[in-house]
Amino acid sequence: MSRIAATFERLRAGRRAALVPFVTAGDPTPAHTIAMLRALVANGADVVELGVPFSDPMADGPTIQRASERALRAGTGLAMILDAVKQYRREDDRTPIVLMGYANPVEHMGIASFASRAKDSGVDGVLIVDYPPEESGAWVQALAGAGIDPIFLLAPTSSEARIDLVSRMAKGYIYYVSLKGVTGSAHIDTADVERMLARIRARTAVPVGVGFGIRDPQTARAIARFADAVVIGSRIVEEIERAEPDQAAARAGALLAEFRAGIDAAVGDRAAA
Amino acid sequence: MQMRVPVAEPRSPETYDLPDATGHFGPYGGTFVGETLQAALQELREAYDACRKDVAFQDELAYELEHYVGRPSPVYHAKRLSDDLGGAQIYLKREDLNHTGAHKVNNTMGQALVARRMGKPRVIAETGAGQHGVATATVAARYGMECVVYMGTEDVARQAQNVYRMKLLGATVIPVSSGSRTLKDALNEAMRDWVTNVANTFYIIGTVAGPHPYPMMVRDFNSVVGKECLVQMPALAGRQPDYVLACVGGGSNAMGIFYPYIPHAGVKLVGVEAGGLGIATGKHAATLSAGTPGVLHGNRTYLMQDADGQILETHSISAGLDYPGVGPEHAWLKDCGRASYVSVTDDEALAAFHALCRTEGIIPALESSHAVAHAMKMAPALGRDRILLVNLSGRGDKDMHTVAKASGIVF
Repeated sequence: MSRIAATFERLRAGRRAALVPFVTAGDPTPAHTIAMLRALVANGADVVELGVPFSDPMADGPTIQRASERALRAGTGLAMILDAVKQYRREDDRTPIVLMGYANPVEHMGIASFASRAKDSGVDGVLIVDYPPEESGAWVQALAGAGIDPIFLLAPTSSEARIDLVSRMAKGYIYYVSLKGVTGSAHIDTADVERMLARIRARTAVPVGVGFGIRDPQTARAIARFADAVVIGSRIVEEIERAEPDQAAARAGALLAEFRAGIDAAVGDRAAA
Repeated sequence: MQMRVPVAEPRSPETYDLPDATGHFGPYGGTFVGETLQAALQELREAYDACRKDVAFQDELAYELEHYVGRPSPVYHAKRLSDDLGGAQIYLKREDLNHTGAHKVNNTMGQALVARRMGKPRVIAETGAGQHGVATATVAARYGMECVVYMGTEDVARQAQNVYRMKLLGATVIPVSSGSRTLKDALNEAMRDWVTNVANTFYIIGTVAGPHPYPMMVRDFNSVVGKECLVQMPALAGRQPDYVLACVGGGSNAMGIFYPYIPHAGVKLVGVEAGGLGIATGKHAATLSAGTPGVLHGNRTYLMQDADGQILETHSISAGLDYPGVGPEHAWLKDCGRASYVSVTDDEALAAFHALCRTEGIIPALESSHAVAHAMKMAPALGRDRILLVNLSGRGDKDMHTVAKASGIVF
């Protein structure tokens, strides 16, 4: 069983939702990435999404775009990120790590070469924002050969047909983007998200995580009542942006602990429901 | 059912029926955008498909092109320039004479009509030099639509007159200060707007790039240029040209004139890219000449990128060619050999600009000057009975400051 599947099975048994922080690898500099992973896991991350910075992050809002720019200015590249994951794996063989980014850096490395290097580094899943399922045949095959889960997105505008298309290809979990818009947009409507999740669950057994617009522990708690995972991205990246570089990991960890408390409180909500 | 062109028979024009049903030109094109935009693209594909088949839509577009844009644009035999060069005869397709001064309005008019059919009251656009922004603001004013144009802060500063022109036409211009603060960043920002406001907003992309159906749709709307040439050349010159030349940034004017000529195997198609300060300097925008395939802005195509797959900043004296990607159909035409792609430098384009001003009394856009420059290189080596048709895609009024500055003149 993959690390991601094992994690969701364990959490499901405890009636808990996964806490999934997103940070951009190499933000503020590549030297801080390992410390960041440690701080996030120490403060309750069940899965970590590590952003691969790209010069043209079309699906991201200003916060994550600035994080990409900081990381690129500091010299971050895909090979370097894979090395960092490999190094981190020596001390943590349990926490799933998912890379999230855009197609071009991966294609430039070559998808077969990327898949084998990612496997060697201990990467568990990859989400390429601009690889929709219809463009992902070769991609999914390459990841399957390396035992890596392809993560796909669903959105409020996804039709039943597209939910089915994604369900057929996705492994690990499905990432439900809870807002129309880019990362870091306004607050979400939890009732809307709950309705859409019911629609998705009716058509797939793959765990469903929710992200985009979850900016405080209360919202995380509300989402954790019905989602399998809660993704916290822009809010953490803001914290990293405000911190001195050497304090960034500690500040991100402290903030994540607040979200952890919110999600743990949802265990009681689930039991009561 | 549409078919892909077999790689083994790249010159079988009768089988040319691209893109395929999923928006691919061989390995290029596609719909490389996030899930949040997929429903909007599907809605657009269905709407555009209905427009293509709707005689009333085609009639309305034809009427607007004739009475509002001023089509057909003439083909002009540049006889003095040809005589000076002493070789092939150079003919110019005068897209510079269109309303708003370039080919861009062919596309914005078409997309505005699609937007109206879809009931979208708000249009958005990205712009580099400002020509596509002006062409979008123009049709938005014509139809009373709200218009928002995204433009990099670098370009806002360089193209102040076009910014003012857009404002006169009632558009809101939003400066974009992320990334390299140029066209590609404006495109990123327009995509973000579209994702967020997709219910009431139509995104008018200005070139033959972006996710399917944009490369096809923008090509189709600009192909009026080549269709007119097919009729005009025999009438004026007695036959079709030996070569068709056009500048290529994103490549919309080139696709517009190339596309109807693809089945005419005897007509060679030549795209002219921006060589900037020279390919060897790295300061250029000659994507097909010096780039490699990748994925950007919703399609797979040739890109200017570094060793990590990050997109590079480009350079050209002509803002309209200053883009690190290129339309996916050009990528395919290059690979299969139906078109060839060359580059000319800033200095060569400037020399052609001045030559056309003085010998023909035509002030060309700096973009179009690249195509003229390559025609001027080719003509002397060809016989006087050979014919070069150059798409003069726009006029140079917008470039007065750039040209003057290059000549050391301050107004």
